[in-house]
Amino acid sequence: MSKDFTLSRRAALGGAVAAGAVIIAKPSVILAQTSDVIRFGHLTPRTGFLGPLGEYGVMAADLAVEEINAAGGVLGRKLEILKEDSVNPQTASTKAERMVERDKVAAIIGEISSASCLTIAQVAQRTKTLYINTGGNSDALRGTNCNKYMFHVESQNSMYVKTCGRSLMAQGLVQGKKWFSLTADYAFGHDLLKVAKRFMEGAGGQFAADKLVPTDLTDFSALLLEIRNARPDLVIANLAGNQITNFLKQYSEFGLQFPVGGFGFDTALAWAAGKENFIGTWPVVWHHLIDTPNTKKFVAAFTAKYRKPPENQAWGDYLAVKIFAQSMNELKSTDSAKIIEHWEKGATFDVMKTREGYFRARDHQMMHEMFTVSGVGAKAPNQWDIFAASPAVPAANESLEVIASTAEENECKMA
Amino acid sequence: MSTLFLQHLANGLLDGTYYLLIALGLSLIFSLGGIVNLAHGAFYAVGAYLTVLLGPHIGFGGALFVSPLLVALLGVAFERLLFQRFYRSDPILSLLLTFGLALVAEQTLRMIFGAPPLSYSIPSWLRGQIFLGDFIYSRYRATLLLIAATCVALIWLLLNRTAFGRVVKAGVQNPDMVGALGISLSPYMMTVAGIGIGLAGLAGVLLAPIYSIHPAMGQDIITPAFVVVVIGGLGSFWGVVVAALLVGLVKGATIGLGYPQWSTAVIYLMMLLVLLFRPRGLFGERIQRFE
Repeated sequence: MSKDFTLSRRAALGGAVAAGAVIIAKPSVILAQTSDVIRFGHLTPRTGFLGPLGEYGVMAADLAVEEINAAGGVLGRKLEILKEDSVNPQTASTKAERMVERDKVAAIIGEISSASCLTIAQVAQRTKTLYINTGGNSDALRGTNCNKYMFHVESQNSMYVKTCGRSLMAQGLVQGKKWFSLTADYAFGHDLLKVAKRFMEGAGGQFAADKLVPTDLTDFSALLLEIRNARPDLVIANLAGNQITNFLKQYSEFGLQFPVGGFGFDTALAWAAGKENFIGTWPVVWHHLIDTPNTKKFVAAFTAKYRKPPENQAWGDYLAVKIFAQSMNELKSTDSAKIIEHWEKGATFDVMKTREGYFRARDHQMMHEMFTVSGVGAKAPNQWDIFAASPAVPAANESLEVIASTAEENECKMA
Repeated sequence: MSTLFLQHLANGLLDGTYYLLIALGLSLIFSLGGIVNLAHGAFYAVGAYLTVLLGPHIGFGGALFVSPLLVALLGVAFERLLFQRFYRSDPILSLLLTFGLALVAEQTLRMIFGAPPLSYSIPSWLRGQIFLGDFIYSRYRATLLLIAATCVALIWLLLNRTAFGRVVKAGVQNPDMVGALGISLSPYMMTVAGIGIGLAGLAGVLLAPIYSIHPAMGQDIITPAFVVVVIGGLGSFWGVVVAALLVGLVKGATIGLGYPQWSTAVIYLMMLLVLLFRPRGLFGERIQRFE
């Protein structure tokens, strides 16, 4: 929806009727444009509990398109992006289909909900249209549900768990330790808990308690009493969306001192908790303080346009648009088959980190560095730079694949 | 019973007071005007956003007074412009009106403040914990409880010990008779809407430091508040109070027994049981014009 609401109702209705008439009279108008422009479809939740994160993706995708068009577009044509609220898996699928059939998009980008990723991927496969997942974490999307037309710039749950797990091991919070875990009670949480348990068993720790939390729970006071009573060595919060903010605010309110961590995280939620309340060790796929020229450039451009720095979700959508444009320009084609071949052969991309990234042919997961962040407390210089980050994981001398799931852990049979 | 379980029960009771602030306003507005105010949650959100906006200038203490007042004025404006046209019509119309209003309010917040959640913390003078033996409680929540309890007591006094309250209660039962006695209900309805909506604004201020502040935050609280009103019964002050505490208590007990995943489902189950066996609600009064 446009942010410009200056139209009067009468004018808007008139306009809508006129536009409708044009479309009915001349269906070719829409198709005729496809030769002058290249269109991408962008789908992500913009309302509901993931909406606040989706908005970052939308802002970043807009910025990427602006920059690409300023640099000459794609194949000499102007790039256009159609953006819609994906709402839920069913609506996401319907909208994806309309974008492909009616609007003739060359590719689809976006998502945060793993369930919606799955339905979009099914449309992508059926219509042989490429789809880059920019925010769905579930391992199953790269395993049992993997497909030839879906690629992932977002990291999978396994990468989040192994990245943060390394940090927790270094702090001595794993071997022989008791964890108290809170898990969001839906598909993402269950998948994450499964991967976390696999990690914990392999590393010699145990779960003191493992509680499922309804996604609409806002008050954590009762669970904080449970945590205080259990005296765990570490509290693991595998929550989703605004729940992380609520949890952090209330954890600090009750003054509990046990170390905190989690395997699913978005920086926007830490910003919402505020520097006094943000504590713990969390994994991120990208953050705005990475010291590389391209991250600095992206952060500067985003901040100039939106008066706030980008967060990890923004990085994913920005990168996906850029990768498509880059590959199409290099191959001089928008043909899905050619792009898949190019990517599966190991094309590398500047992903704004210290090392380049590439899509792993086996499951189409982007292999790239990850980071952990931890709160610095009230001494933070401003409301954004409220965490300190680890060096890139894996280290420079290791393969990028060491943090990803192995073929045995997460088997993918590409159809 | 273990101390932990007792703590859960006590905490659940306190939890119920947040619902109470919202549910009391909902119930008042419905009982008097017949308006099912689905936009009530939006006023709660506005209260929270005003706190973020005003906090840095007048402090949390200042916002505690100013924000609910502004929200109440907003409520009065809406009552005069919109609600009052629907007092005599089918409740379904006001339901549609307030549903639309809630959507518009949420989108307006999104356009002004952006979709990402905003941060607001407990002021330093209210931070800290209270320990009573093994029992732990947050000092902020204790303050919150005190404020909420004071408001509830004041409203009870207003409804039961003043001439204003007598007219309102008579208006709930039989507005035509009140009119026949030469009393115009219009200013009373305006005041009640202002108070009810102001309470939602107050809840927004009080919960801003401990809950996430985002445009759709009203939706998180409006549903449980409705459940409280339904369980308590329309038109009953004590019904709403008892239902709010009961909902908190049952929720706390569910978590205390080790089933946090059922903690929200259980309140809907309670509502179902009440609707099946006592459709008027636990303390619902027989209201002539709704029979």
